Amino acid sequence: MAAPRPLERNVYTQTLDCIHCGLCLSACPTYVVTGRESASPRGRVYLMRGVAEGEIELDPVVASELQLCLGCRACESACPSGVAYGAMLERARESVVDAGLRRGPARWLERWALRHIVPHRRRLHALASLLAVLQRLRLDRLVFRLPLESLRRAGSLLPAVPGRLDRRPLPAFSAAEGERRGRVALFEGCIASELFAAINHATLRVLTRNGFDVVVPRGQTCCGALQAHSGDLSFARKLARENLVAFSARDTAAVDALVVNSAGCGAALRELEQWLPGEGAAVAAKVRDVCEFLDEVGLRPPPHRVAARVCYDDPCHLIHAQGIAAAPRRLLACIEGLELVSHAEPDSCCGAAGTYNLTQPDMSRRILDAKITALEAAAPDIVATGNPGCLLQLQAGFDERELPIRVLHPVELLEAAYR
Amino acid sequence: MSRGHAALIERLARVVGSSHCLSSPAELFAYECDALTLDAVRPVAVVLPEDAEQVSRLVGVCGELGHPFVPRGAGTGLSGGAHPVEGAVVIGCSRMRRILEVDAENRLAVVQPGVVNADLSAAVAHLGLCYAPDPSSQQACTIGGNIAENSGGPHTLKYGTTTNHVLGLELVLPDGERVRLGSKSGFAAGYDLVGAVVGSEGTLGIVTEATVRLVPLPEGVETLLAVFPDLQSACRLVGRVIGAGMIPASLEIIDQRTIAAVEASAYAAGLPLDAGAVLLIELDGAACGLADQVASIREFAASEGVRELRVARDEDERALFWRARKGSFGAMGRLAPDIYVHDAVVPRSKLPDVLERICQIADRYQLQLSNVFHAGDGNLHPIISFDRRSDEELGRVVAAGREILELCVAAGGVLTGEHGVGVEKRDYMGLIFSAADLAAMTHLRDAFNPTGICNPGKLLPVTRSCVESGSKARARVSPG
Repeated sequence: MAAPRPLERNVYTQTLDCIHCGLCLSACPTYVVTGRESASPRGRVYLMRGVAEGEIELDPVVASELQLCLGCRACESACPSGVAYGAMLERARESVVDAGLRRGPARWLERWALRHIVPHRRRLHALASLLAVLQRLRLDRLVFRLPLESLRRAGSLLPAVPGRLDRRPLPAFSAAEGERRGRVALFEGCIASELFAAINHATLRVLTRNGFDVVVPRGQTCCGALQAHSGDLSFARKLARENLVAFSARDTAAVDALVVNSAGCGAALRELEQWLPGEGAAVAAKVRDVCEFLDEVGLRPPPHRVAARVCYDDPCHLIHAQGIAAAPRRLLACIEGLELVSHAEPDSCCGAAGTYNLTQPDMSRRILDAKITALEAAAPDIVATGNPGCLLQLQAGFDERELPIRVLHPVELLEAAYR
Repeated sequence: MSRGHAALIERLARVVGSSHCLSSPAELFAYECDALTLDAVRPVAVVLPEDAEQVSRLVGVCGELGHPFVPRGAGTGLSGGAHPVEGAVVIGCSRMRRILEVDAENRLAVVQPGVVNADLSAAVAHLGLCYAPDPSSQQACTIGGNIAENSGGPHTLKYGTTTNHVLGLELVLPDGERVRLGSKSGFAAGYDLVGAVVGSEGTLGIVTEATVRLVPLPEGVETLLAVFPDLQSACRLVGRVIGAGMIPASLEIIDQRTIAAVEASAYAAGLPLDAGAVLLIELDGAACGLADQVASIREFAASEGVRELRVARDEDERALFWRARKGSFGAMGRLAPDIYVHDAVVPRSKLPDVLERICQIADRYQLQLSNVFHAGDGNLHPIISFDRRSDEELGRVVAAGREILELCVAAGGVLTGEHGVGVEKRDYMGLIFSAADLAAMTHLRDAFNPTGICNPGKLLPVTRSCVESGSKARARVSPG
């Protein structure tokens, strides 16, 4: 019997869910920019099916159209047929890597960093400390004059590393304040816990202020989303298994929820079952985005005013992958003095998309430009969004145009209203 | 790629730039069909121009080198109007998506053909205006494609189809000449060539600019959802409402199987799964008269045995009802890998009888059939779910489709209400038109398109002497 064709075993059946209606087209940022159907969700699904059926080869053009996808999953929100596009994309990209269609130093570096730096908290911490020194000496600019475009882009995205005190580990247990309403576990994340250390601390404080004991289970690691999106599914599965162990421990398993403050991580943990069939369901069922959770249990009214014009921009992996749009807006509306202003297309991607802004800098920039223009028109003081990649991307976009707009996580605004 | 194609592609790329001239096997594969998946043909090139000048030059290149060309919007058409033919160049309008002018005072907009239908309404909503034709694919389909197919939508009942909303056009003729038809006022001397082009399915040229009518958003809107135990009583309510002299904005029926699929989808609206059918009724106009109409409908519905009548509480709930209706074709993907949507129109009075017989045909061919349709104007959309990988099943789908069309025509109906003839129904045109009728249409086409280079094989029956369409039914074999 002939060897299976690429994508035949891992994706083919799912491609049959697409009836080619095309309702997803205008929801797709890369289709809107290029006008090319092979760069649309329907087109990409058709390419996957074509490869699996032997109609076309898994060639560099197919690979590049798959790589050009942001993985924003806006198409899933538009799809009446329930095509599991995100899951198919991960598997198809794994096949692209297996077929040897992604090579070169940039890919090597991406894979190495995602395997050997990102999931290791100590290495990340050391690297962040090194970066902090370089930033203080203003040497960081030199480092990013390296020959790789993706490194230069990384340099332009990086925020000032927070002080060592901010980057201290979260306590394993924090007690509820006031009347106790329950107990939750907190997911720390990887890069964000260094570069956006304040968000984890703010999340912890907002949860305790709302009457929840917070445990931070040891042994947890990176969620694996970045690795999976880059086609390294086997490593993503390894990380998922480590998290499964960490969050299945007896004291952790008893929590009311596993609270996540990063949309990308939340989506990955919610879909654990896809990577670890038959194992991940129990943990996945407990996953809640921090805004979703606070909205569900009922926010204790924050006592202080935060006078600011705020735009809320939906992270793709919150609105499209987890279906959460109203909760963060409702929470922000609870803050006195805060004026929630709307802007055009809050549910469209900002172009960050994990490591996309490093691997596809041109497309990322075009998508970011449209987003910054839409936000600038609404003239906010602050843009709130709940995903580290979006926070980096949007802030870099504002800074580049020298706009005095700060980008914060909604829990940072909530924390300010409790402080 | 043959030598001839290399020369063609080089010439096309010179017009649009190489990044907008697609010629790799994978890119071409993505254009081998539109939302009709019954058959497929790969084009030799796809070009994505940005303005009329480029379209005109591309058409010139195709003419010079003898390649047919096929205009394409978003490829959401259900009759194969954008299907390539052997040796064809697809001219895609996806990059021509600028709204050139909005004139609120004169209630019109000038747009490029690639503007997405829903984007136009969204762009003029702040002026209290909208673009009335609202096909179910409006979130993705383009104005150019709507013009080609004379698209309708649920609100056709009150507002008419695309042809009632196009005032003027710029058309690139098959020889590359650019002409202007109609006028901004909607009045023009001489032949009504705008009327001829709307619905011509890209066989007369490529529309590169359209001046369209905008209508004021109604002062009041009421959206009702009537839940019935069976399809027949929902049809009877439609007759009662129209018979009473009301002109609702829309009257849409969704049957039980469709409800199940929609409710499992992202477009779920809480429709009762055990209902035989739901009728979505929208009333719009001056706010003061609406309450009376709602009361009358309530009364009629009760006498037809309605199980429940929901009135949308607010704009959000209204949008929810409509999302369910508009996502219903796509939701059929939950039943099988492919759908074949019919589009026949029958007299309203014949709806219950025709529907019953359509179901019998589907049963006889052992096919899964669902119905979601514009009941108000008798525009049926029987949807057959199938799997194109089985030749045998494909044969049954085509045979049942033919019987359904023959039945509708025998009941005094026509082949298409809004999806166009395309490749799908061209060979059935003889069912409703005489040889002389068809010859008159052919003469018109040939006057614009004498060499047959422009979207061949669509709309009119293909005779042997015509350009060979190359279109053939799929015979795909599943892997493994």
